[in-house]
Amino acid sequence: MPILTPDEAAIAAGEAGDGAAMAMRIVAEAARLMGAPRLIPVASAHIDGALYHGDSGTLFAERLVAGGAKVAVRSTLNVGALDLVGCSRGRLPPHEHEMARRMMRAYEAMGCAPTWTCAPYQAGHRPAVGTDVAWGESNAVVFCNSVLGARTNRYGDFLDIACAVVARAPDYGLHQAANRKATVVVDCTALSPALRAADVFWPVFGTWYGLAMGGAIGVVEGLAGFATEDRLKALGAAAASSGGVGLFHIAGVTPEAPDAATACGGLDALARAERITVTGAMLREACTRLSTAAGDTVDAVAIGSPHLSVDEVDSLEAQLAGRRLALPFFACTGRHVIRALEADGRRASLEAAGVTFVADTCVVVTPVLAPSGGVLMTNSGKFAHYAPGTTGYAVQYGALADCVESAVAGRLVREDALWS
Amino acid sequence: MELNTETVPMATATTETFAVEDLLPGTGSGNVLALTAPISFWGGVDPRRGTIIDARHPQCGQSVAGRVLGLPGTIGSSSASSVLLELVHAGHAPAALLMHEPDAILLLGLVVAREMGWPTPPAVRLPAADQARLAGRDVTVGDGQVRPLPAATGP
Repeated sequence: MPILTPDEAAIAAGEAGDGAAMAMRIVAEAARLMGAPRLIPVASAHIDGALYHGDSGTLFAERLVAGGAKVAVRSTLNVGALDLVGCSRGRLPPHEHEMARRMMRAYEAMGCAPTWTCAPYQAGHRPAVGTDVAWGESNAVVFCNSVLGARTNRYGDFLDIACAVVARAPDYGLHQAANRKATVVVDCTALSPALRAADVFWPVFGTWYGLAMGGAIGVVEGLAGFATEDRLKALGAAAASSGGVGLFHIAGVTPEAPDAATACGGLDALARAERITVTGAMLREACTRLSTAAGDTVDAVAIGSPHLSVDEVDSLEAQLAGRRLALPFFACTGRHVIRALEADGRRASLEAAGVTFVADTCVVVTPVLAPSGGVLMTNSGKFAHYAPGTTGYAVQYGALADCVESAVAGRLVREDALWS
Repeated sequence: MELNTETVPMATATTETFAVEDLLPGTGSGNVLALTAPISFWGGVDPRRGTIIDARHPQCGQSVAGRVLGLPGTIGSSSASSVLLELVHAGHAPAALLMHEPDAILLLGLVVAREMGWPTPPAVRLPAADQARLAGRDVTVGDGQVRPLPAATGP
């Protein structure tokens, strides 16, 4: 059986222009390689491919533009390599800067919305439960599947924009309801309520979850009443960094898990599911793993992976309580949040206190941190995972309060009692 | 090359031709670099030179450029395709890929390279155990076969 319908094959042959033809052939090749029997329509896309890794990606995007390619569905853009808002100054060399800029322009020219955020779901892009979409960026994928209940696989560079142009994706994996059921029950009911009610629990639990689950789908019990959207965001981002997690269920919280049995696909499936009881010791180990530095030196602080919401900036401001920061402090967020902060004057007041906002990009994907290296403190499980490899900085992990107190004091200040 | 003859005893090296499934067509020849652990191309391979830069990887420091690269597994980022495309564009791509399991995200880099009209190495499916048996050998990949070439010079 051919993968493409006659109409799709005509597009691949050039009926709708060279750009659409190339996009259709790429989607068809991906379907063949993944063993998908057909393509399905998608309602939206989130595109991670506009981050500069080298000139070839820019040339690819410009080839699509030259071929007249336009996205056929709502498409938001993930971070690029440049802060186009101008909150921060990156250090890309001139050639790389120019090629990164050309790449960002090419994706905008195809009709993608210049959202430039890894948290598109907090910038108004929220597909409905059960909708098939084609999203890239691991944290956005896991949030889209788990919290919104829309359906996407992890669409990598090039395939994301190709799906957006032809409004189709290969039919496999998490698009199919049978592949979205939990096979593991993760029991958090033995953990102290104080721990579960702390923001810092969520990225640490997510790190443990990614390591323990790998690519398996779990349903977590014991977190109803503690979850907020920003906490689920932090959990998913950490789990998708430490493991290949594309979908999780939280019983009583996420849309496909009114209870554990439903998430597993029935009582029989629930009875067959593996059970893991989470202990404080497991989480202490995961938390320890997030830090790679020793001693009390901190050279800079970075928060906002995924990009900060307005609520998270509120928490930063409350913790800061009018004090000045003594260390470089990078707060990564989207332009949708910067606009809100400018509207009420808080961008200026927070910058006066020593906060450097980083918009449209973040500190682990492009050089923003001082080239001297040193120790970076963060409350993000994802930053903690990637910063050593991509920035050369060692990491101290802590809660938001620890990050702010350390940046005020100019050295590591951390409250570890929660984990004992 | 010497590294590989050390890790694979000569008794297990092979002169047999392997029939393989073509994942992406083409032909390529080179010396087999059989990785002994899965790799993430993003963060694991330098896109500008083709050197393995993942400090935890057993083949760290070796270059994939021009080699017939045996991949026992792939892990990690959805930007692997970008790294492979960049290697092709810069002339530092492997001569061919031998994959234990097809990885669509990685192979998409070759699909796009072909669309761009750039010379593109083939990719075939070959079990990791067979990749290991070919380690250090000069081979030709293409037309459904991985064929060892006669040794040009003795060890």
